[in-house]
Amino acid sequence: MAARQRLRAGVGLAALAALTVTMCGCAGAGGLGGGKDSINVLMVNNPQMIDIQKLTADNFTRQTGIKVNYTVLPENDVRDKISQELSSQAGIYDISTISNYEVPFYAKAGWLAPLSNYVARDSGFDQNDIFPGMTKSLTASDGKLYAEPFYGESSFLMYRKDVFAAKGLTMPARPTWPQVAALAAKVDNAQPGLRGICLRGEVGWGQIFAPLTTVVNTFGGTWFDKNWQPQVDSPPFTEATSFYVNLVRQHGEAGAPQAGFTECLNNMEQGKVAMWYDATSAAGSLEGTGSPVAGKMGYVAAPVVKTKTSGWLYAWSWAIEHASKKQDAAWKFISWASSKQYEELVGSKIGWTSVPAGKRLSTYDNPQYVKASEAFAGPTRAAILAADPENPGVQPRPVPGIQFMDFPEFSALATTVSQYVSTAIAGQISVQKALQDGQKVATRATKTYRSK
Amino acid sequence: MSTQAVPAAPAQPSASAASPGHNAPARKRSVWGLVAWVVGLLFVFPALWMVFLSFHSESDAASNPPKFTAPLTLAGYRDFFNSGQSPWPSLANSATASVCSTVLVLLLAIPAAYALSIRPVKKWTDVMFFFLSTKMLPAVAGLLPIYLIAKNAHLLDNVWLLVVIYASMNLPIAVWMMRSFLAEVPVEMLEAAAIDGARLPTIMTRIIAPVAMPGIAATSLICFIFSWNELLFAKVLTAVVAQTSPVFLTGFITSQGLFLAKVCAAATIISLPVLVAGFAAQDKLVQGLSLGAVK
Repeated sequence: MAARQRLRAGVGLAALAALTVTMCGCAGAGGLGGGKDSINVLMVNNPQMIDIQKLTADNFTRQTGIKVNYTVLPENDVRDKISQELSSQAGIYDISTISNYEVPFYAKAGWLAPLSNYVARDSGFDQNDIFPGMTKSLTASDGKLYAEPFYGESSFLMYRKDVFAAKGLTMPARPTWPQVAALAAKVDNAQPGLRGICLRGEVGWGQIFAPLTTVVNTFGGTWFDKNWQPQVDSPPFTEATSFYVNLVRQHGEAGAPQAGFTECLNNMEQGKVAMWYDATSAAGSLEGTGSPVAGKMGYVAAPVVKTKTSGWLYAWSWAIEHASKKQDAAWKFISWASSKQYEELVGSKIGWTSVPAGKRLSTYDNPQYVKASEAFAGPTRAAILAADPENPGVQPRPVPGIQFMDFPEFSALATTVSQYVSTAIAGQISVQKALQDGQKVATRATKTYRSK
Repeated sequence: MSTQAVPAAPAQPSASAASPGHNAPARKRSVWGLVAWVVGLLFVFPALWMVFLSFHSESDAASNPPKFTAPLTLAGYRDFFNSGQSPWPSLANSATASVCSTVLVLLLAIPAAYALSIRPVKKWTDVMFFFLSTKMLPAVAGLLPIYLIAKNAHLLDNVWLLVVIYASMNLPIAVWMMRSFLAEVPVEMLEAAAIDGARLPTIMTRIIAPVAMPGIAATSLICFIFSWNELLFAKVLTAVVAQTSPVFLTGFITSQGLFLAKVCAAATIISLPVLVAGFAAQDKLVQGLSLGAVK
């Protein structure tokens, strides 16, 4: 007995020792962060980023000799890490993925390196091919460009054509929210386990408040008027939020208070919802190989009430840290990653529905891309072109932004308010109470702006 | 550990239904045995569920209600090793940080514990409390100062910084544990050895070490597990070169697309070294932990 125990302990220890030794052996091979011809990239874990990770060594590194070390983190973590890295200017990462939300105030803080000179010298990059609205939203108040989009998105309404046809319903090309609510009621439970619509209910400024803020805009509401007076408990904001909460409670997905983009994508693919209002980038997954709903989906413009359009504008973009010592190499990487050639590479190596689209006008003239993404390429292009961050609602705003307002405190403020709204979706408090509390948070968060 | 406790229950199997009064203790024991099993399974269930899901396809893993009959696949494990970023550097970093910090902790904790139990220094209870008080500061409160110091000392993204931090985080626990284990060493044995002319190194290796071995095993395993699983500091202080496996694991979570099977596969692989270490030290561990409990 004792001998067997000793043997077992011995075997275990030997295995552990062997494991440690082999792993330490690899540590040498793994430690390549500081090489002269290498750059470090910190990026969000989205499918397009995983694709570029796989394509870099055989293409970019082979062509330029520059090795790229990636760190991928989920969205919330990467935001924390990037703000930590940039605010301390630690200089570890040469490139980070940020969005048009962060660019203006990160640039103002001096955390980013301007790209305008690189763009001017790099004739092959063709900045004029980037959607003008996107270039504008990645340009800071000093007129310089600080980031290049990797892929962009707006929002639109996705629906199951087969379900609508079976019920004899037609989806208008430019639906209004009341029409969508009526359709949701009609298709709700059209099949067993099928709900009318999926709308995000998960806590987070980038979760529930991405779609909800566009609904608020088109109902005539805003977070702040042009004098920074909070409008969170104003009648239009309340009306929009009540509409959203009632729609999702009556005809929305199961588990709505926890449902974000991923959950809704899953619900849509599994045939658990008939409609979904969300990012245009979702269409690539819905039409991708292996998706059970590929070919069954229709796409129409974001629903409206008082505005002409309502789609948001968002672009995951590459920005160079100001403290980076390898800015030239970093630009070479950006110039490759955001190029037309890279889109073609993804199209031929991975598949045309996986192309990081939504940033270049030429993408939508590429016959192969248009053929593969026939169902959604047109509506996506139209939605991005129609998005106007300067004037997304019915009133002037203090700062630009569609599904957000472009100031640093917005993310924390909207995340706090999203907790209240999510609780209202769960039915634990009323929308009025949620927004009254939200108004207090919004008032506190922007005190300094009003006293200016 | 629960496996050690349970065999006590069937020790007196059904002493027949002759007299209910006589039967009561056995029944009571088997009830407690049952409770132990239920609680044990309850604790193990999430881990088993994780392993189960890791063998599913992404869409099966995400389905609600869960599919128990879904076909099994190794796709999650393939994704783990071919995700575009090799997992080996981060596993190596975790091994370096955990093993080195544990060795460092033992080198410091054993002498400290000796001075607190076998030859207690003056006011040794105050010293013990001082050690413990360092655990009272929430770790996150020290995070920013440590980050800034590391940045200015150019130690960011350096695995040796993690070794030092993990060692300092685990040292108080190790000192407390080792003190209670060394307190088990009978003073008579030490006196007898001293009378026979044994010096300190001999006493340490020949008298104290054999008695304290289970305690050392238990302490080092706990330090190893704590360092291996540490996420907060690793996430903030490492980047490209020194990334540890828990940080690497979080990289599989995405807000666009399904990831549950991949994350479960990654978590299963990353848990293996801890399981191996626990398995290796199992006998000593049970002995060591119950030794401390009796005191």
